[in-house]
Amino acid sequence: MRITRYAATLAAFGLVLAGCASEAGNQAAETSGSSAAVNTEASFAAGTTMARLNEAGAMTIGTKFDQPGFGLLNPRTGEPEGFDVEVAKIIAAELGIEAKNIEWKETVSANRESFIQNGQVDIVAATYTINDTRKQLVGFAGPYYIAGQDIMVTKGNPLKIEGPEDLAGKKVCSVEGSTPAQNIRDKYPQAQLVLFDVYSKCADALDNGQVDAVTTDNVILTGLVAGSPDKRELVGKPFTEEPYGIGLKKEDTDFRNFVNDALEQAFEDGRWAEAWDRTAGKITGQEAPEPPQVDRY
Amino acid sequence: MPFLIDNFALFRDAFLTTLSLSLLAGLLAFVLGTVLAALRVSPVAPLRGLATFYVEVFRNTPLTVVFFFMIFGLPQIDFVVGFFTGAVLSVGLYTAAFVCEAVRSGINAVSPGQAEAARAIGLTFGQSLREVVLPQAFRTVVPPLGNVWIAMVKNTSIAAGFSVSELSSLLPRLVNANAGDLLFVLLGVVVGYMVITLPSAYAVHSLERRVAILR
Repeated sequence: MRITRYAATLAAFGLVLAGCASEAGNQAAETSGSSAAVNTEASFAAGTTMARLNEAGAMTIGTKFDQPGFGLLNPRTGEPEGFDVEVAKIIAAELGIEAKNIEWKETVSANRESFIQNGQVDIVAATYTINDTRKQLVGFAGPYYIAGQDIMVTKGNPLKIEGPEDLAGKKVCSVEGSTPAQNIRDKYPQAQLVLFDVYSKCADALDNGQVDAVTTDNVILTGLVAGSPDKRELVGKPFTEEPYGIGLKKEDTDFRNFVNDALEQAFEDGRWAEAWDRTAGKITGQEAPEPPQVDRY
Repeated sequence: MPFLIDNFALFRDAFLTTLSLSLLAGLLAFVLGTVLAALRVSPVAPLRGLATFYVEVFRNTPLTVVFFFMIFGLPQIDFVVGFFTGAVLSVGLYTAAFVCEAVRSGINAVSPGQAEAARAIGLTFGQSLREVVLPQAFRTVVPPLGNVWIAMVKNTSIAAGFSVSELSSLLPRLVNANAGDLLFVLLGVVVGYMVITLPSAYAVHSLERRVAILR
């Protein structure tokens, strides 16, 4: 008798808590709205992907959940935030889809192509570097940002690392399977590569002195530096060009042209720069760079 | 298929790393695990307590957390080991707890008359363990120990996240660059592990039949 009474009380308490939690989540979602105005008059030729998405009024977008400034999951709202997210919201707005009707899926580096090919996501905006190998599997609209590979060192740069040639004989950390890691393997083999599975481990290893430097795209490094600005600093001389693009199905030329048009529109009317200022610009402290030239192929 | 042949050197080196990691960690685990089992059944209470504490700590901590401690936690108190050594220590210390429990169950399975008779003829505790009890105990626990070994070989894949270039690290390394060959990469990695675990399972089975105690 006593046990059932306790159980009933706990169950009731739990229900109340659950109710409160979802209420708080709703409130948070309302306040973090996107400023992209939804194009409700959008109309598209029948049979195109744009028409299909516009009619559905919803779409699925793949993005990163662990990259500060570009795609970082906010644990309180359950939604990702960042520059990639904002650019994707601009494209959705051009399709007549509101930000709250977007389903966000986490696309890690290894599954971006298969998610696009299987149709599990409609587009991918996830620090996705455009390269020819990937173009054999998926299509790319953009680029919408040009990142570059850079090096992060301990504050004060005690080992005087100014560029990738100075990494010879030093321990440099990156993530297994990433383009920057392969780049170091191919072009700077005298550097000793230490490879973990996530960048946060690389940052910890740098702080502990287990590695001398961390190398990856400068935007990811900026997020890591921002985590501990008194212990880490960026060398600040990018030595590659990593064009970030919107991934979509390879054969869908109409959709690719549409997204390219939408991106060029956003470059011109200031929505792109404003999205940068609100997200990655706040972390890097830099102003929006010159928008890149989209590559129509 | 040509993809696997082109990258054969990568697969081979990764396989050898996994094999050496498994063998070294396995050696540490079995030796330390047997010592711990002996401590747990010893008549000296502090030794029993120490061994029980060790087993409880390592059985209740996930292997990934043990790795984190070894690779990122201990350097904070200036105890730094290389990444491969850290992996061997992490997997070995973790598995030793399971080996201890398996061996201890074997010791308990030996009839108490054996230990009593050993003491009665004047053997010390260490001698009765070494000459009478443990040889009989090991014969009964060959299947569980084989289990622990095979599980440990697969547990070494966690080292891939901590800068050891073993078989599982090939997954992100090759799939990110060659997403179209995903199935071949998976096939190569799985075959790599099976080359270790299938013969092990066969060896354990034939050993078990050979040393089985017929009651």
